Amino acid sequence: MLPTNDDRYKMVEKTMKKLGYERSALIETLHTAQETFGYLEIDALKMIAKRLRLPYSKVYGVATFYHFFRLKPKGEHTVVVCTGTACYIKGANEILDKFEKKFGIKAGETTSDAFVSLLSARCVGSCSLAPVVIYDNKVAGKLTSQDALDKLEETLS
Amino acid sequence: MIESLEDLNEIAQKKLCAQGDCEDEIRVCIGSSCASLGSEDLSKEIAQKMEQEGLQKRCRVKGVGCNGLCSEAILVSHQKKGATSEDLYTNIEASQADDFIALLQNKKDLKEKLYDLQQAFFFKQKKIVLENAGYIDPNDIEDAIAHGAYQALFKVLDTMEPKDVLDEIKQSGLRGRGGGGYPTGLKWESVAKVHSDTKYIICNGDEGDPGAFMDRAVMEADPHKVLEGMSIAGFACGASQGFIYVRAEYPIAVEKLTKAIKQARKYGLLGKNIGESGFSFDIDIRLGGGAFVCGEATALIASIEGGRGNPRQKPPHLSDHGLFAQPTVLNNVETLANIAPIIQKGAEWFKNIGIPSSTGTKVFALTGHIKNTGLVEIPMGMSLRELVYDVGGGASGEKAIKAIQTGGPSGGCIPEEHLDISVDYDSLKKIGSIMGSGGLIVMDESSNMVEVARFFMDFCRSESCGKCVPCRVGTTELTDLLDKFVAKKASKSDYELLKNMCEVVKESSLCGLGQTAPNPVLSTLKYFEEEYLEGIADD
Ligand SMILES: Cc1cc2nc3c(=O)[nH]c(=O)nc-3n(C[C@H](O)[C@H](O)[C@H](O)COP(=O)(O)O)c2cc1C
Ligand code: SF4
Ligand code: FES
Repeated sequence: MLPTNDDRYKMVEKTMKKLGYERSALIETLHTAQETFGYLEIDALKMIAKRLRLPYSKVYGVATFYHFFRLKPKGEHTVVVCTGTACYIKGANEILDKFEKKFGIKAGETTSDAFVSLLSARCVGSCSLAPVVIYDNKVAGKLTSQDALDKLEETLS
Repeated sequence: MIESLEDLNEIAQKKLCAQGDCEDEIRVCIGSSCASLGSEDLSKEIAQKMEQEGLQKRCRVKGVGCNGLCSEAILVSHQKKGATSEDLYTNIEASQADDFIALLQNKKDLKEKLYDLQQAFFFKQKKIVLENAGYIDPNDIEDAIAHGAYQALFKVLDTMEPKDVLDEIKQSGLRGRGGGGYPTGLKWESVAKVHSDTKYIICNGDEGDPGAFMDRAVMEADPHKVLEGMSIAGFACGASQGFIYVRAEYPIAVEKLTKAIKQARKYGLLGKNIGESGFSFDIDIRLGGGAFVCGEATALIASIEGGRGNPRQKPPHLSDHGLFAQPTVLNNVETLANIAPIIQKGAEWFKNIGIPSSTGTKVFALTGHIKNTGLVEIPMGMSLRELVYDVGGGASGEKAIKAIQTGGPSGGCIPEEHLDISVDYDSLKKIGSIMGSGGLIVMDESSNMVEVARFFMDFCRSESCGKCVPCRVGTTELTDLLDKFVAKKASKSDYELLKNMCEVVKESSLCGLGQTAPNPVLSTLKYFEEEYLEGIADD
């Protein structure tokens, strides 16, 4: 169990309090928890369930329903390949393929040494720059698959 | 605190006067595409350098939302004092701050980066929803007020009854921009009619169509337009609480909306007893979690209530049994952004734009193999050809345009020979696609239509919430079948199965996601059948 005096936990508590510990506060609370902890650890989910008087199964069910929530920690670096329509038309799949091969993992997974998380997104809203890859929160657009690989090297070095 | 229209006008005047002290204005686009190339730093650097050079009195710098020409990012415009139009500079690099200082000092011109504003991309557009996008600073409510924000709200509070507002919106012919095209006035009226102490107005900012960013741009560039539209909806329907449901993947939109709400509260434009009228209305933001199905009305409500986004059977409709079981209006971002202009300028004015069955304008996100990718707002009734070739500038590469796709995963593909049809709800539907929320993807001869259909089906498969069998199992089976066609290993019976299965999924799914998932397949079957036949292996 997480210690309740963990500062990060206070942030989560604050969100629940703001929303009056209503059951409808669940998703907002999960967002805050993910923001503060980086991902949703099982202990945090259990704590939230208790505080909002919800069955743990419900909290777990909601956390796993939405793509945005992660139940595992992210790697040191995060690379997000956009696979929305605009990027798909401009060859995003080829980029994703190359990245998957390079790391030997699938989109959504993290390398076993916790170095890189490879993610795919369905449109990050910069379609005019398609195809788009986000390297550690920095957006790069209009990439050929070679550009994409070069930028990857740059990010990881 | 703004307590009356006079107060509002005073703030607008003051702001305009203060701005008048400066001779010029430089506007740097900080919309998502430009921001990703570093435009925010550029904006800061220009401001800093101006101060160093003592130019801050001559010119002010502000960050503005997207003006639409995202393919030419970064965009910087320069408005000289007294000039009626701006000089727009395109393809600017984040490191070019010095050039703008030199420009102001008349030491340099940037002619090679100057964009010709007489091009069809600009003059064929008609901006209502995006009228302020690219001009106002979304972080500054006073700038919005100086550009007319909240005038319509005060008109409503001072001179209109809820019924007048309903009549005006009905008269205007405004139809929902979220895809369905349901008349907004009728939707509001059905909620206004219900007696209940608690009612809700929800703004659908989930923008699930993967490849569309219209709503994002509106929320980022002119958030007060959305807030004002919601308040007016609240007044007309008798609601005092609103929610904006935004995708968590849109952090900038969330930030701008949050700021806008805070400022509006501070100025007394949201909250209790707005403008001493007795009308109270407040708005909160709820974050989505990246599930396409949550754009569907009942799923969205389940999500705001804190649960999994599973749709439910309708009826009961939202007008009787919506959020927390109370009467609820759900409108799309763009729909709500049309409200203030309609109230301000009148239904007659609005009706004169577009065509009788589809009034007003529509914002499109042009992407794919097209020259001018970005956001455009056009009057309804323009032909698709004009939209793609004139406004969009035609194909981006050597290859000819083969088809366009509208409506995202729920829509269809339209072959080039049908591009002469008019852009309106009914024409697009007749030809097997839909208006959708405004994503428009252009594909050239290099695109394989079966692969495109597979792409959308796979998307629906992964986004199916799993509640009902036809959609959960059907989209998986259909993806597998389409895989066979893409690999050219399908059989004749697969072809029949594909057609039948599409019908079954369409007819028997519970919600809109499943009901429309087969559309991309059906429309490509209709217009590009030969590509499917090529996928059948000879036996
Ligand atoms: C699967 C699915 C996804 C949807 N996604 C969105 C969306 O992202 N944004 C939106 O405004 N409407 C979306 N809609 C339509 C909404 O359910 C609803 O009809 C719309 O928000 C109503 O607003 P309007 O009348 O102003 O168009 C979606 C519908 C379905 C079935
Ligand atoms: S049609 Fe699909 S998304 Fe809709 S309820 Fe059924 S399974 Fe869920
Ligand atoms: S499809 Fe990739 S950014 Fe929109």
